[in-house]
Amino acid sequence: MKVSITINGSAQSHDVEPRTLLVHYIRDQAKLTGTNIGCDTSSCGACTVHLDGEAAKSCTILAAQADGGAVTTIEGLAINGEMHPMQKAFMENHGLQCGYCTPGMVMAAIGLLNENPKPTDEEVRLGLEGNLCRCTGYHNIVKSVLAAANK
Amino acid sequence: MSITQERTNSIIGQRMLRREDPALLTGEAKFTNDLVIPGALHLAVLRSPYAHARIKSIDVTDALTMPGVIAIYTGKDLHATWAAPMPCAWPVTPDMKNPAHFPLALDKVCYVGDGVAAVLANSETESRDALDAIDVAYEPLQAVTDLEVALSDKTIIHEAIGTNKSYTWNLKVEATEGAVDEAFKNAAFTVSERYIQQRLIPMAMEPRAVVAVPQPFGGDITLYSATQVPHILKVMTAITLGIPEHQLRVVAPAVGGGFGSKLDVYAEELLCVALSRKHGAPVRWVEERTENTQSTIHGRGQIQNIELAADKDGKLTAVRVRLIGDMGAYLQLVTPGVPLLGAFLYAGVYDLPVAYDFSCTSVFTTMTPTDAYRGAGRPEATYAIEVAMDALARKMKIDPYELRKRNYIKKEQFPYTAFSGLTYDSGDHLAAAEKAMGHADYAAVRKKQATQNVAGARKRLGIGMTSYFEMCGLAPSRVLASLNYGAGGWESATVRVLPTSKVQVVTGTSPHGQGHETSWAMIAAEKLGVAPEDIDVLHSDTAIAPLGLDTYGSRSLAVGGVAIAGACDKVIDKARLIAAHQLECAAEDLEFAQGTFSVKGSHDKAVPLAAIAFAAFTAHNLPDGVEPNLEAQYTHDPKNFSWPFGAHICIVEIDTETGKVDVLKYIAVDDCGIQINPLIVEGQVHGGVVQGLAQALYEEAVYDTDGNLKTTNLAEYLVPAACDVPPITTDFTVTPSPTNQLGVKGVGEAGTIGAASTVMNAVIDALSGLGVTKLDMPASPNNVWKAIQAAQGGK
Amino acid sequence: MIPAAFEYKRAGSAEEAINLIGQYGDEAKFLAGGHSLIPLMKLRLAQPTMLVDIGRVKDLSYIKDAGDHIAIGALTRHMDVEKSPVLSQHVPLLAHAAGYVGDAQVRHRGTIGGSIAHADPAGDIPATTLALGATYVVQGPNGKREIAAKDFYKGFLESALAADEMLVEIKVPKMNGAGWSFQKFNRRAVDWAIVGVAAWRNNGASGVALVNMGSTPVLASAVSSALAKGASVADAAAHAADDAEPQADLNASVEYRTHLAKVLVRRALEQASK
Repeated sequence: MKVSITINGSAQSHDVEPRTLLVHYIRDQAKLTGTNIGCDTSSCGACTVHLDGEAAKSCTILAAQADGGAVTTIEGLAINGEMHPMQKAFMENHGLQCGYCTPGMVMAAIGLLNENPKPTDEEVRLGLEGNLCRCTGYHNIVKSVLAAANK
Repeated sequence: MSITQERTNSIIGQRMLRREDPALLTGEAKFTNDLVIPGALHLAVLRSPYAHARIKSIDVTDALTMPGVIAIYTGKDLHATWAAPMPCAWPVTPDMKNPAHFPLALDKVCYVGDGVAAVLANSETESRDALDAIDVAYEPLQAVTDLEVALSDKTIIHEAIGTNKSYTWNLKVEATEGAVDEAFKNAAFTVSERYIQQRLIPMAMEPRAVVAVPQPFGGDITLYSATQVPHILKVMTAITLGIPEHQLRVVAPAVGGGFGSKLDVYAEELLCVALSRKHGAPVRWVEERTENTQSTIHGRGQIQNIELAADKDGKLTAVRVRLIGDMGAYLQLVTPGVPLLGAFLYAGVYDLPVAYDFSCTSVFTTMTPTDAYRGAGRPEATYAIEVAMDALARKMKIDPYELRKRNYIKKEQFPYTAFSGLTYDSGDHLAAAEKAMGHADYAAVRKKQATQNVAGARKRLGIGMTSYFEMCGLAPSRVLASLNYGAGGWESATVRVLPTSKVQVVTGTSPHGQGHETSWAMIAAEKLGVAPEDIDVLHSDTAIAPLGLDTYGSRSLAVGGVAIAGACDKVIDKARLIAAHQLECAAEDLEFAQGTFSVKGSHDKAVPLAAIAFAAFTAHNLPDGVEPNLEAQYTHDPKNFSWPFGAHICIVEIDTETGKVDVLKYIAVDDCGIQINPLIVEGQVHGGVVQGLAQALYEEAVYDTDGNLKTTNLAEYLVPAACDVPPITTDFTVTPSPTNQLGVKGVGEAGTIGAASTVMNAVIDALSGLGVTKLDMPASPNNVWKAIQAAQGGK
Repeated sequence: MIPAAFEYKRAGSAEEAINLIGQYGDEAKFLAGGHSLIPLMKLRLAQPTMLVDIGRVKDLSYIKDAGDHIAIGALTRHMDVEKSPVLSQHVPLLAHAAGYVGDAQVRHRGTIGGSIAHADPAGDIPATTLALGATYVVQGPNGKREIAAKDFYKGFLESALAADEMLVEIKVPKMNGAGWSFQKFNRRAVDWAIVGVAAWRNNGASGVALVNMGSTPVLASAVSSALAKGASVADAAAHAADDAEPQADLNASVEYRTHLAKVLVRRALEQASK
């Protein structure tokens, strides 16, 4: 079936099987490999993107469901070579180590601040409950998100 | 130049932001599964649903007709492909039993997840669909999931070796024969404890992925893999497949965490290489998380019996340890060696007389093979001694910190020759513990506890501590030889000053989140007086960095970082000859600082390294006998292990009605010697602590009695999220290692090594007033509640 | 993880969706937010051959004040339930419970109707609507009918919905200032409840339902009748598991789960009585 999705502002249209997951559409059809796959059960959040402006797990959405929608991936955050404030905050606060969960974590964190611009430490932790990181122990991720919120 | 002394304007010690981050933060970094390889075939592996079964038949007829399917292979089809079984590099004893293990099972399967058939198809989807159409007839056999039952040999897993026992390894050291028995006989206090180190699943966020790209006419093959060990993998792939090693190149692209799980040689790596050669086409494979939980190694898996003997003051007089190690179904790369990495540490940080008796027997079971997982042997040892110390303190009715203070090896005793003959390089356990106690406000917590933990209290307060020693910086090659390890422990570095004075550092370490590019550039910048941004760090590609022993065991800085410093020294030595030639003075009259050679006492006679690099490149005017170009390779073989240490404290509150443990505060005071980049050091501690805390409270690979893994994904295996763990208070003491020129020790595993026992000591401390003195990990609400019920019922 | 192949049809209205499901029979499934179904399909534990996507039936996404009750369209997302001022005012228990479903990403996509129709005893929304005495409006080829929440849950992942019926609306009585509590006990915040309790109390009346205490969401009627007879909170809570048949799993034995239900019901009632 034909699926059309605007990804990072660029209109895409591809023929895919109905079972194609949005994350596979993004990686294989749109050739944007920044969005990662970390689990089979919608648990880890590595695949988090923004769909129509909200954080969503692209491994649990069919490309067909997103047909006609607008997706922002990690590749779509930087503007004119300048990283998004959240990306900068992660860098400045050592909020990443291996970097595999990072694209999803950053997208979830931006989504969190969109809904709650001045969260507490506890609200950041709870707001990121759907994203797992195995390297950082989350300490510096929370610090990064709070820093971004206070910019 | 000694970095430990010259601290002014030092680059070392700065909280420099990581150069790795922009690529990782923008999606630019390429992990193995991100590589675009035109024409690649996709591998999918059919896995056994049985823990133990004979394969009666495999019917691939239907599957072969599925769309896009190119070929399907069974273990028998590929048997002639393997020049050798899959490698185990650590035959710990001469009589160790090691059953032949091939990438696909031959006649029987020995764990759920064991590979049975390999499908090659045009797409990932098609390869996955074909798995469902393969028909395998199994004859199920008895699963073996209990280590003590395994030892009984009631059900033999590998008939060819005739027993489930792989080996017994002993370390008995006594000042005089019978010293251990004597000490226990004369002891004023003894404790005898049994602990279970549950199986853990490493769960690196990036599942494994492999791409093998052959050049059928060029004769070479490139293996891309999400691995910690490209160099080891190259050697082992060459041996296992009979490929001339010089025709094999291994690349580890961006790697999304490892924690030991990518320190291995896996079936899928060998299958991709073998099938890509067979088909003359690239072959790729990516692991699903469910596969990852079953077919990537597990960690821990030990039953520990530990006995302590102490005199009337609580001074330890002997330690006796009996371990049973769970090898899983087969021996992977260093499986049998994991218990040995802890074998020297069961006396912890304490001044033990030469009276130590350690023995480990390791057995096969019908579960996923185990191997090194963050800390490998050392968290287990630390857990046993530290939880047992609390038990001893309870028995003596003294404060556990007081007991530790009576036993610490004192600062002035370093370098300290331990009962084992190993030399502990440097340390100050009391200083670390005092600092941690200050953060915890120990006396105040004890006071609050006295008022809070009254009979019937719904919430009970607990505080626990650990003092740990980590044997790391793996490792002096000669010591490895004495442990029968199949390789050395050195690390290699090449430092190359380019004609335009930019620098390339080539390292044999293979980072996967540790920030080596940043830290290694800092070391070279410090040594060469070059700006860090003018230094590039090359790694993880055997064509670019041909020599190396990779990244594991907190070794990279203590061995690989020191190798870089050594290579810089060689570059400086060579540059000094050229500078002396140019300045017409003796080399000994030159000093080197801030990237410039100058004549001692007359600083107007000077030449910068940049000019020397260009002179070395043009080679127009070099002293006789000096080769052109400014480059040096140095291999560092450490003289000793390094011994990071620290003290951790945890404060918990437990809901006695539900059994839920809340961690109120976690304090980690670590000493990893000189810190190259404190930002990165703290990050390593945070992550390590949470992994150890997760072992204590959340994680366990659960098998049923039929050998089925019940925790096959991240919904069932409880890797905690941000809201499930506390913020971590980190602090440090700095005791340089005297055994290397950077004074460094390593920090990759420290947090994990200290955390599990710290949390469990706090939990038991909270509950001991209710009569709970023993609790297996994880301290889940159900387990805690059950322990309280049992203790209360027993009253 | 890739689901097995299936056909996909998109419905523009409830009528069209019901028509399509009727044509394709047992092997067809409705796809709303997909956050219950797609994970099962990826693991190939569910392999429908036809998916009827109702996600675009936008006129089923609403929250309306209907006098004595609030009417919620089945395709209203958890996030919209959680953030609804109407629900916060009139059915705060439901708005609050919706905030506990999955994680933010899941709440952006998952729907109240999908959650109820999936009939998972471990779900937060089925038990909460059960405690509140909700009525579910379902539509089939022959029109609409209403099913009381207490008659809806038939077994593990089984409901009173016929194969060709679709849940279209949830009617939740206004709470009229009743005290309430939602207790979710789990090991990680994101997980299904090991045990959960949704409870409200208003003078003599009460409603208490349990999450993950059997093969269906459980109405703890014995607790309510004890309260009605004037039992203390503690005494009533002792009856928490009377109507439950809990199972053991990785996180809880039957005994522990039973104990937890009593503790959490007591805590819920204490909070609801304030």
